[in-house]
Amino acid sequence: MVQVQLAEGRAGRTMTQPGFGEAARPHLGWLYSLARRLIGDPDTAEDVVQKALLKACRSFDEVRDLDALPAWLKRILVNCCRDHWRSEGRGFDETSMEDMEGPSLYRILAVEDPLPYSDSLHLDFLSTFTTEDVWAVLARLKTIYRVPLVLVHMEGYSTAEVADLLDTPRNTILSRLHRGRKRFETELWDYAQERGLLRDLEGATS
Amino acid sequence: MISCSEAVEQLWEYLEQELDEVRRGQIEEHLAFCRRCCGELEFARELRGFLADAARPRLPSDVEGRLTSFLDEIEGQNVEGVEGE
Repeated sequence: MVQVQLAEGRAGRTMTQPGFGEAARPHLGWLYSLARRLIGDPDTAEDVVQKALLKACRSFDEVRDLDALPAWLKRILVNCCRDHWRSEGRGFDETSMEDMEGPSLYRILAVEDPLPYSDSLHLDFLSTFTTEDVWAVLARLKTIYRVPLVLVHMEGYSTAEVADLLDTPRNTILSRLHRGRKRFETELWDYAQERGLLRDLEGATS
Repeated sequence: MISCSEAVEQLWEYLEQELDEVRRGQIEEHLAFCRRCCGELEFARELRGFLADAARPRLPSDVEGRLTSFLDEIEGQNVEGVEGE
């Protein structure tokens, strides 16, 4: 729980405009969902949402047009996520990136042929993953790779929008996205082996 | 003509339409004769859908209750702060 220490904001809005609570309440669902995807851990995600709400409440006077509220809240939430990563020593501003050598997941599956009785090997492989498995695999990625992957491929942002949201050059986002996809593929394969997902499927298809 | 590894490296960017015209043309030229890379492309497309379709985490009712109380608390403090001035 975030401790509310003092109220610095001013409720200087007209009586016809909703208060912050009323305006923010419809957005709690997607704010939490986005925080979960970006942060991973549920308790930490809730904590980050509270920090974002507190910051937003204190400067709610800046919002003149309520249609702009979602984009404004989103930016505050992402900034709070960045504060969290910095405090954990996992800054999003990290510049070093790993080399991602090695075959694609498509090739790994073709060579290893883990489901010899399957005539749709690649699709059957993906079908072994539940939503919880996907989150677990994403959580294994370094923050600098997971965040662009989530924002572009799960939240539907363009790379230009992500660059703006994270205040990071677009080329850096593109490069992290590229490495993030490769790492995600590798982690899918490792996860499936560690959890015995393929063994279960092999039993079902043979 | 680009190699298979060069083509595979760029397939996601190709699907995202992030490539310039020259590189896009190189990929399409390669895909026109390479069956294996067509398989790679199809799988990359499936993987993109796989990520996009992963359900959003729901807002559990207990978390919703706590966040709503938190909103009431911080808004109450803000109003008190103004009224007390």
